[in-house]
Amino acid sequence: MSDATLTSPAPRVETPFRRFAAEFFESKIAAGALVMLLVIIVLAVLAPWITPQNPYDLSQVDVFDSRLPPGSDAFAGYTMWLGSDGSGRDLYSAILYGLRISLSVGVVSGLIALVIGMTIGLIAAYAGGRTENLIMRVVDLQLSFPASLVALMLVAILGKGVDKIILALVVAQWAYYARTVRATALVERRKEYVEAAKCLGLSKARIVFRHILPNCLAPLIVVGTVQTASAISLEATLSFLGVGLPQTEPSLGVLIANGFEYMLSGRYWISVFPGLALLATVVSINLVGDHLRDVLNPRLKK
Amino acid sequence: MTVFIIRRLLQAAVVVMLMSVIVFFGVNVIGDPVYMLVSPDADQAEIAATISRLGLDRPIWEQYWLFLKGAAQGDLGNSFIFGEPALQLILQHMPATLELAFSALFLSIALGIPLGLYAGLYPDSRISKTVMAASILGFSLPTFWVGLMLIILFAVELGWLPSTGRGDTVKVLWFHTSLATWDGLQHVFLPALNLALLKISLAIRLTRAGVREAMGQDYVKFARAKGISTRRIISVHVMKNIMIPVVTVMGLEFGSLIGFSVVTESIFAWPGMGKLLIDAILQLDRPIVVAYLMIMVLFFVIINLLVDIIYSLLDPRVRLQDQGA
Repeated sequence: MSDATLTSPAPRVETPFRRFAAEFFESKIAAGALVMLLVIIVLAVLAPWITPQNPYDLSQVDVFDSRLPPGSDAFAGYTMWLGSDGSGRDLYSAILYGLRISLSVGVVSGLIALVIGMTIGLIAAYAGGRTENLIMRVVDLQLSFPASLVALMLVAILGKGVDKIILALVVAQWAYYARTVRATALVERRKEYVEAAKCLGLSKARIVFRHILPNCLAPLIVVGTVQTASAISLEATLSFLGVGLPQTEPSLGVLIANGFEYMLSGRYWISVFPGLALLATVVSINLVGDHLRDVLNPRLKK
Repeated sequence: MTVFIIRRLLQAAVVVMLMSVIVFFGVNVIGDPVYMLVSPDADQAEIAATISRLGLDRPIWEQYWLFLKGAAQGDLGNSFIFGEPALQLILQHMPATLELAFSALFLSIALGIPLGLYAGLYPDSRISKTVMAASILGFSLPTFWVGLMLIILFAVELGWLPSTGRGDTVKVLWFHTSLATWDGLQHVFLPALNLALLKISLAIRLTRAGVREAMGQDYVKFARAKGISTRRIISVHVMKNIMIPVVTVMGLEFGSLIGFSVVTESIFAWPGMGKLLIDAILQLDRPIVVAYLMIMVLFFVIINLLVDIIYSLLDPRVRLQDQGA
């Protein structure tokens, strides 16, 4: 939480984390969004222990249960509060299992993109000159294409699969991190503490990673939350179009796509409930990220 | 100025070449080129014929040269499904996509600017707050999900509008359009609205920010002091000043409208380039995929080139900075 220390000017004798938390929870919407996000994460992590069935264990799924409206009783006895899908899976269970996949793909690709983008951005800012020019040309070039189109192009070439989707999302997103880190690092490297570190004879790598990087974390965290939300939404979009995750990895996007064919006949729940879960996830991450930006940005302080 | 344009043109050419290398190696080296470029139900003789026709038995640089030569002549291979040249198929589907994108652009300007104007003039009113909250949703909701909801609401539940297809088209000049018939307009409305949502939100935010800034400016105060009616101040003086940045940004977003139309076209079964691409990916119709990728690269490079040139005309600093670099 060193980022909060450096960005909040208040001279009160509190721990930095408490001060940061107090500021964050001043906004009721952001607090609500954070609680919702935590609930979603807990539900996703605990899915195998709290769902009435494992929707991908064929011995637990009964075809006679297919396309039941919300609130119907399953053959096995429990109530399907959200109804069932075309193959008789309990939708509530399928959604929690889907959340696991959607969240992990989004977070893993976000983290890889963050590490790669961060390193490249730092190199650009610290090396300067031709290296920086070349890197930033590539970044600008990539950002001139919409991220969704870049991901779609890669998927079109690479094909389906979890590893390929993660690769596509990483390639589509690293440039946002690189641009953010470079912009912040350029400001930081002119500050006095970097000068001091240089005078102490510290190595370049040490200055960049131990001194400059921690001070670039605040904007990185903000970009990271927003980009993770967009990665989740992009994965869902690709999976919905049938070019993302395969049926063996049923993320929320795959569930929504499976329900699409039933929608015109009025069986709305098969698509709508996974969609609401996706919505709740993306919107809560975005609201948290949006408020983090306000809290972590010293310029917006009154 | 000429030097600047020539430099930018050269850069654009380098980008196109780089992308062609990436696309070519993506398709021919990462994947199995025979599997990628020969239709899945081809027999041994056909496979052998294709291998020799494409020169897959030759060194990789020679293959790339052949690919480039074909691309320069507009030959990116034939579609497996339709048996027609891939490039020609994409060009045939382009008017439908452009029609959708232009309708979406029109909607985002026609809805976004008045709403943003209202929100900027009365920032504390309840309607403005609702509009701004809705614009946040417009940014964070996935496009495909909103499309599904539009279909459920307007096509399935209310039955007001058709959910798929293009409706009656009429031939105007050299292409077919849905915008000239009532049935076609009904068909275009939902997909265009779906595609426009993100841009409507963008237009609302830009206009609101512009209006709030402009209302505090001296020229507005002066106009007030002269006794000009509020109506005239807003419609003539304020609007003139905020329209330039708003329209510029919306114009720049046109490229991303074409990119996003892939999603909207798939949901609403709109027969444009985007749907052609998704169908081609699903049916392993590789030549169409390659052709689509090359056309989109070219398209975006041209848009960026035009933007750079227009900016440098408007703002000489861009030009000078480039010379210094």
